[in-house]
Amino acid sequence: MRALSFFFVGMLFAIGLGISGMTQPTKVIGFLDVAGAWDPALMFVMGSAVVIGFFGYRHVLRRPAPLFAGRFDVPTRSDIDAKLFGGAALFGMGWGLAGFCPGPALVALASGSLDVVIFVVAMFVGFLARDLVGRPAAPAAAARA
Amino acid sequence: MLEPGSIPAALLGGAVIGVAAVAMLALNGRILGVSGLVAGIIAPHSSERGLRALFLAGMLAGGVVVGKILPGALPGAITSNALWLIVAGLLVGFGTRLGGGCTSGHGVCGLSRLSPRSLTATMVFMAVAMITVFVTRHVIGGIP
Repeated sequence: MRALSFFFVGMLFAIGLGISGMTQPTKVIGFLDVAGAWDPALMFVMGSAVVIGFFGYRHVLRRPAPLFAGRFDVPTRSDIDAKLFGGAALFGMGWGLAGFCPGPALVALASGSLDVVIFVVAMFVGFLARDLVGRPAAPAAAARA
Repeated sequence: MLEPGSIPAALLGGAVIGVAAVAMLALNGRILGVSGLVAGIIAPHSSERGLRALFLAGMLAGGVVVGKILPGALPGAITSNALWLIVAGLLVGFGTRLGGGCTSGHGVCGLSRLSPRSLTATMVFMAVAMITVFVTRHVIGGIP
């Protein structure tokens, strides 16, 4: 059941991304182009996801434990360091260049486009490069984010 | 028919994303962060590689469903310039691991938890992405 839940949550999440417009890089760039013909539609994606997430999380975290695991395992760090800034800035640059963040790029593989494959392979090389260079202080914490 | 990319579609898609994030917490007690979950399939120091791979398989299957029900939703990449895509992919991969999350882990889940780290990261990557688009579109005049 636990294994199945990972599969089906991934599938539901991917369908949500596809419906939302996040898998259309032109749409994403249009949202990020605040100095041009700004397209605000994607703001509503995060808005509606966070409203549901906020109330849903509060509701779920009142329970003693998750259904298929012994305990809740959510990040506890609250320090804001240079890695957070630097990492977010590098990510923002890549997102702005291609209009793909990790989730939508993986969903877009189903388009069959070789260009998407190239982006995703480079993204995995980037993941691995960081994970080889710096072993996070708390591996479990980094795996969650 | 729901037009992908329209405001109603954005609201509905966002709601489905939110439900998936809440389901991940309710079922497995964890944050739905794509970069962390998926990078852990190949990372040298990792755990639960099988579960992570199943999550990725679910996302790929979801992509196939999207391709079937919403033909306009998967137009592919913004350019065929391989160098451009490689640089962007490397930045997204390295940056999300260094910063501890992406649009899902920091953006959706972190903001839902009112995490100051995630709020900071989200403001930084949104601002830098907007500056990057400004430079590519209005300073250098498009993708070469």
